[in-house]
Amino acid sequence: MDHSHGHQMDPGEAYSTSKLGMWLFLGTEIMLFGGLFAAYAIFRSKYPEMFLEQHRELNREMGAINTCILIFSSMTMAIGVTAIQRGKQKLTSIMLLITILCGFAFAGVKYVEYGAKFSHHIYPDTSIFFSLYFMLTGLHMLHVFIGIAILSTMLVLTMKGKFNQKYSTPVELGGLYWHLVDLIWIYLFPLLYLIG
Amino acid sequence: MTWIPEAASNLAGKVDGVLWLITLMSAVFFVLITVLLVYFSIKYRRRSDDDETPYITGSEPLEIIWTVIPSILLIVIFIYAYVVYKDMRTPPKDAVDINVLGKQWVWEFNYYNGKKTLNELYLKQNAPVRMVMRADDVIHSFFVPQFRVKQDLLPGRYTQLWFTPIKVGTFDLFCAEYCGTGHSKMRAKVIVLSPEAYDIWENGAQAGEGSAVAGLTPVELGEKLYKEKGCNACHSLDGTVVVGPSFKGIIGRSEEFTDGSSHTADENYIRQSILEPQSQVVKGFPPVMPSFKGILSDDDISALIAYMKTLN
Amino acid sequence: MANNTIAEHVYVPFLEEKKGILSWLTTTDHKKIGILYLVSVSFFFLIAGTIALLMRFELLTPEADFVSPHVYNVLFTLHGSIMVFFFIVPGLAASFGNFLIPLMIGAPDVAFPKLNIGSYWLYILGTIILLFALLKPADTGWTFYTPYSANTDTDVVLMTFGVFVLGFSSILTGLNFIVTIHKMRAPGMTWHRLPLFIWASYATAILQLLATPVVGITLLLLIAERTLGVGFFDPAKGGDPVLFQNFFWFYSHPAVYIMIIPAMGVISEIIPVFARKPIFGYKAIAYSSLGIAFISFLVWAHHMFTSGISEVAATIFSFLTFLVAIPTAIKVFNWTATLYKGSIQLQSPMLYALGFIFLFTIGGLTGLFLGALAADIHLHDTYFVVAHMHYVMIGGTVMGFFGALHFWYPKWFGKMFNETVAKVAWFLIFVGFNVTFFPQFFLGVEGMPRRYATYPQEFKSLMSLSTYGSWILGVGILIMTVNLIAALFNGEKAPQNPYGSLSLEWQVPSPPPHENFHEIPHVTDWTYGYGKKS
Repeated sequence: MDHSHGHQMDPGEAYSTSKLGMWLFLGTEIMLFGGLFAAYAIFRSKYPEMFLEQHRELNREMGAINTCILIFSSMTMAIGVTAIQRGKQKLTSIMLLITILCGFAFAGVKYVEYGAKFSHHIYPDTSIFFSLYFMLTGLHMLHVFIGIAILSTMLVLTMKGKFNQKYSTPVELGGLYWHLVDLIWIYLFPLLYLIG
Repeated sequence: MTWIPEAASNLAGKVDGVLWLITLMSAVFFVLITVLLVYFSIKYRRRSDDDETPYITGSEPLEIIWTVIPSILLIVIFIYAYVVYKDMRTPPKDAVDINVLGKQWVWEFNYYNGKKTLNELYLKQNAPVRMVMRADDVIHSFFVPQFRVKQDLLPGRYTQLWFTPIKVGTFDLFCAEYCGTGHSKMRAKVIVLSPEAYDIWENGAQAGEGSAVAGLTPVELGEKLYKEKGCNACHSLDGTVVVGPSFKGIIGRSEEFTDGSSHTADENYIRQSILEPQSQVVKGFPPVMPSFKGILSDDDISALIAYMKTLN
Repeated sequence: MANNTIAEHVYVPFLEEKKGILSWLTTTDHKKIGILYLVSVSFFFLIAGTIALLMRFELLTPEADFVSPHVYNVLFTLHGSIMVFFFIVPGLAASFGNFLIPLMIGAPDVAFPKLNIGSYWLYILGTIILLFALLKPADTGWTFYTPYSANTDTDVVLMTFGVFVLGFSSILTGLNFIVTIHKMRAPGMTWHRLPLFIWASYATAILQLLATPVVGITLLLLIAERTLGVGFFDPAKGGDPVLFQNFFWFYSHPAVYIMIIPAMGVISEIIPVFARKPIFGYKAIAYSSLGIAFISFLVWAHHMFTSGISEVAATIFSFLTFLVAIPTAIKVFNWTATLYKGSIQLQSPMLYALGFIFLFTIGGLTGLFLGALAADIHLHDTYFVVAHMHYVMIGGTVMGFFGALHFWYPKWFGKMFNETVAKVAWFLIFVGFNVTFFPQFFLGVEGMPRRYATYPQEFKSLMSLSTYGSWILGVGILIMTVNLIAALFNGEKAPQNPYGSLSLEWQVPSPPPHENFHEIPHVTDWTYGYGKKS
């Protein structure tokens, strides 16, 4: 047997290896946001009235719209992943595109929201609550942009025919990342916008 | 150089007990390991390339022994250190409060009877005291090695520590939390007086403790006060800017203030700056100088001015 | 091995495959990436070490006469930051971990070779950012405590951002190693046959992965405080400066185990080879690495006993701190027991390994003083802490690093260095180190505080002694460095297995070929079968 070069893993091994890598990476993202969530918990218990009073300033409607956008985009992402696992490149491309557009829509809503805050002279240094609001949603927004970049790359590669039912790992990994971005928002939204 | 500073507070002896216990236990294990390492290295040194060695991979009984015994010893240390710590954190009901304010880079002490001192802490022997402390700007730390006490000073919050000084004498207070350029100079003297001497200090005039300064010329006294009252933490003698204007060539210098006005630095200006520093702040400098009203007597101020006149 | 007639396998040492700087900077060969890291971390070690020599030169006399207090403060900030983030955290893991992990487990490379070189580029990016920060270097100490770090008029933002980028490098390296160890072990290389360096690398990688993001967010929050006016650590805005300390140490305590565990792994490799005995207590050592990693997340506030934390919190953290001492002690006992009835040869790698055990024992025992509540109150923020940390970091990690350098040098570079000169260098390093740092324990007990540019006269004799020791240490390191570099050019060609090790990396040529193994080995036993009668 020729083993002089190319000690390649079999595709199954390669797939589970990549998946493990991505899950570990998602773990680090959770630790990163975990620090901010810890800060939230600490300051919330210290200043319950401030949180109660100031969270009312947030625009619940926009927050809810963004939540729906992200949940919807997770669905389209999931459909896209299933599609490429069945070799349906065209469907995958459409789903990736919709997901990316949802990402931009999310960003658009956030742009309007931040704009409204600034015009009311509410900035990151206005209070501890708003510091947390801007840091949490800002860091999240950065991750949305990273997700958009990743999915755009996947879209281009899909359209070039790089993925099929035998090999769709990068799309799946991109999907995992996007789901994490969604999941973080699902925690952010009630903590910041909803609970009194 | 002694192994350990003198034990000048009631807590020092207790802390030393903990230190000695850990030292003893550590020494035993250190000697054991060292002896074994050296002994084995010599006794089992390689004699030839064909040396036979036994295939020993471990010993469960040994693992258990050297897990359980150290665990027990460690718990003993933990408990003993905890018990002493609890005492260190529990001030007695009759402890007298002294307020401590730490700011870059000066120690301000405010006593319950309204007295205030800078960089000198006056205590009565055998009287327990509780330091109620806070910082004005960044984190500092109150550390007196001879008392074995230490606690950080925080901005926006009070922290505390307590002790009873048991020996008469003068002891060093260091700032033990890095706080910027003047950190290593942020020191004070802790002056523990006998009860009688303390009463005299408490009731007597604040400044100029008689015998210590008798016989000094004004310039000599001024130089002494420059160092002991903390002026040196912020005002240099060589022209460099530390926090405030340098004293080099200050007398006769024209200073411009933040409100645009200016004035020549004469005797009255110096006196005003010492007693009401915020009334005229030199442009380009931060308004952080504390007032020395009640801390420096008129004679002290004259001495300082005399000293400053020599700084050209 | 290959007894069939498929293409003749020509051995090309990996060092000779592809030449040129660009091929090195874009390589995906873990062995070359290991060298890239080795050169970089060694470079920063020497820079930060020189800064330390400057600091100790200033401390020869009580007055700040060599440098001003501000410059001294910048020096100790740079010394700490460069040593911690640019040398010791990446240090052994990124250099030797990269080189050894695939070889030791019988794999051709790591799981994600492109990510591997990407991690190195992030490291370089971090160093470039640090370079810019040097224009107005921070004077906060490597610990960046607020409020001072939020207000000081020096470039804290760039410096902490550089560290943030380095954190990414560390995280991705850890990720790569965990997946590699899980997924790429050769057939027959079960978990309980893995070399202990692999167990150590695994535990370290978990720490890198989980702890580093927390310092990432901490530094981001500090940057936000300086740039956006966010006030989590500012009491005037409702924040808490001690919160910074909690966040910072939540990473930085596990970080010290990132620093030491790989070195412990190295010792576990060297001792069996040079004593010709199996490692004593393999499972105890393997699991103790995991145990230390786990407990390390629970002890961070032992750096904060005087910071204003509650007595209850302090008590809990002190107790947990004593817990972490137990698996550490177990390793020391097992290493020592490995020597029993061995056939011991005191060549330079073994000298470093034995030196490690001796010095790390001192470092570890002095940690007990600091974990004990009442004692720590007196010793915190004094030279006692400085001595303790240098005993574990130099006496521990650096000795492990130098030991690894000498042990795997023939394998990595295919040359032998001058053993006599190596022994002389070791001796100077050992003596110089002790003369520098042992007096500092006494200085600490006497009350000499840390981070002092000027100090009271009464501490002068011990402070001067410490400085003289630093000169001996510096000379020793210089001789060692020159010896190792010279051997690259003048050294004898190295045989495949000069020390008689049973580990997989020694069963391939020195240096290994690009693909490591001509044929992936089939493992049937652990790698510590010395003296085993088959």
